[in-house]
Amino acid sequence: MAMKISNDKFTDRLETNLKNDFMRNAVASAQERLQSRRSLAAESLGNWEEWRNHGEEIRQHVLQNLDYYLYELSENVSKRGGHVFFAQTAEEASNYIVSIAKQKEAKKIVKSKSMVTEEINLNQHLDEIGCSVVETDLGEYILQLDDHDPPSHIVAPALHKNKDQIREVFADKIEYTNTSKPEELALHARKVLREEFLSADIGITGCNFAVAETGSICLVTNEGNADLVSALPKTQITVMGMERLVPTFEEMEVLVSMLTRSAVGQKLTSYITVLTGAKQPFEVDGPEEFHLVIVDNGRSSILGGEFQSILQCIRCAACVNACPVYRHIGGHAYGSIYSGPIGAVLSPLLGGYDDYKELPYASTLCGACTEVCPVKIPLHQLLHKHREVIVEKEGRAPLSETALMQAFGFGTGSSTVYKLGSKVASTVMKPFVNEEKIKKGPGPLKNWTEIRDFPSPEKERFRDWFEKRNKGGNPS
Amino acid sequence: MKVSLFATCLVDMFQSNIGKSTVELLERLNCEVEFPKEQTCCGQPAYNSGYVKVSKEAMKNTIRAFEKSEYIVCPSGSCANMIKDYEHIFQGDSEWQGRAKEIASKTFELTQFIVDVLKVEDVGAKLNGRATYHPSCHMTRLLQVKNAPLTLLKHVKGLELIELPLKENCCGFGGTFSVKMGKISEKMVDEKVSSVQETDVHYLIGSDAGCLMNIGGRIDRKDLNIQTLHIAEVLNCH
Repeated sequence: MAMKISNDKFTDRLETNLKNDFMRNAVASAQERLQSRRSLAAESLGNWEEWRNHGEEIRQHVLQNLDYYLYELSENVSKRGGHVFFAQTAEEASNYIVSIAKQKEAKKIVKSKSMVTEEINLNQHLDEIGCSVVETDLGEYILQLDDHDPPSHIVAPALHKNKDQIREVFADKIEYTNTSKPEELALHARKVLREEFLSADIGITGCNFAVAETGSICLVTNEGNADLVSALPKTQITVMGMERLVPTFEEMEVLVSMLTRSAVGQKLTSYITVLTGAKQPFEVDGPEEFHLVIVDNGRSSILGGEFQSILQCIRCAACVNACPVYRHIGGHAYGSIYSGPIGAVLSPLLGGYDDYKELPYASTLCGACTEVCPVKIPLHQLLHKHREVIVEKEGRAPLSETALMQAFGFGTGSSTVYKLGSKVASTVMKPFVNEEKIKKGPGPLKNWTEIRDFPSPEKERFRDWFEKRNKGGNPS
Repeated sequence: MKVSLFATCLVDMFQSNIGKSTVELLERLNCEVEFPKEQTCCGQPAYNSGYVKVSKEAMKNTIRAFEKSEYIVCPSGSCANMIKDYEHIFQGDSEWQGRAKEIASKTFELTQFIVDVLKVEDVGAKLNGRATYHPSCHMTRLLQVKNAPLTLLKHVKGLELIELPLKENCCGFGGTFSVKMGKISEKMVDEKVSSVQETDVHYLIGSDAGCLMNIGGRIDRKDLNIQTLHIAEVLNCH
């Protein structure tokens, strides 16, 4: 699966998802659960704002010195015998991993959760050379079984499905016969996946944070699957976005704590795994070979520009869980593996405006995303920045809207024009007024009045009342 | 104390009662209210839609209109916040940045002004009935005015305040979002109206005319027996 998950138009995707009450209920209840847990976990620290400032500072420092830390990371991975590959594009990254799979004559590959491998469409490339790829994160596994249903959330990819739907998928695909109790479902998946781990030739992981000072990779999971992916197969490949690193363990500790609290409301997840390359001569377990693939795929063009702060993201999805628009449209409507506010900012940057120009408008700019972001990305401002670029640099706004906005500028830039316009408004709108309300409006008001009444312009504007009153007239 | 009222375009043209209530309320609190006639709109509709250049014309007009004011008071958290943002918007513009900063520092949302500047918590208002309060997003999250409206409402005699479930969720207004993304907006405002209905109140109170037009417009379309009131109207009942 590449970053783009649908060829349907945005409006069609919206329509399909808005009608799906099943999904919308699942998303709404998951959001409420995750939000309240996040807020308790953040508050329990007592000084969350200071943590956020610190988190922001760490991420900004890394981005400002990215070349330095990438070099340090790469040197330290190499020192322990690891192979580092810098991939400028998605193709380069996939091709490199495919070449390793061919070289190892790999038949089976197990994977832990990784959004960047979805972004580079890795599974399909491996599939094409005849490798069987098994996702071992439970959420990703469910989606893979369900004929590659796309993820709808960056942390909980199967958030849009409930347990009964999952039971059906298991019954259909992996001979499951029990109830839809989560424990029973998980136990069955565990049994099936255990065999996959034991027979895999290559393990592929993502990377929550790479630690530059040691060349280590930190993985955050609740299922422990990343440990098995990295411990059992002879070859380990880790794929990371080029910005996902920290200078030392000290910063890693801060960010891991903020990540787990923000993502799932836990002080720590069940497993925080730190891996430092392949098995050394004195070690008893671990892979024999380690490859680190560092993916650019558009990130370096974001660096140094007005959207740089989006690279601070640690992929916790707190913004997704707080977003009132995501709540109603779900992840699939975004048309990208990156959904919610982070997706609406990132997808057009990585994938271009042709496919994603509507996403920055799918927000009320309410600021809920910015408020919860643990590394203080000004998400609503970046959404606004996209709109500015779309209108003023790209010239992609609809003509009718541009004309309306020009009129707005003309009408509000000078009080003379405004006063005249607002004075005649009540006369112009008269034919549409019914009991002081507009129930069926013309032009831009049409969409408004399809579902709600609009107040009719006042015959006596506030300013007229004020003036009359000041002159000693009788105020109405 | 001399106060310049920035009424906002929505209040001027569509919701004049909010403006009237604001004037009467401030006068009762011993303020001398003036209305600079040159004012139009804060520029937000164009700005939020990405038309930054166009919106700057409205912003400059607002700066010119209020430059001489001592205090600028606005019965909308969203528009007050827009004015606060002018400094950032005119960053690097030697002619306007300083002037933008100057008026931003004098701008207050109405309830913020009453509680923080006038230091009044009880305006002596009376209104019998049950009410719930919708905290608008820009006012609470961006302008960071959270407690002032509740402090004032708690002192209104006869008013029983019931907390709105999922109160932090946006009502789906978002300016042009409400028409541009009408289908999403519909689901959002419907959920907001359901939350209001759950509280079984007579009044829905808010501090922003935009949000109230959205929620109130949907309430009216559904023919529900809930009255939508701006906080200035509530505080002016006595």
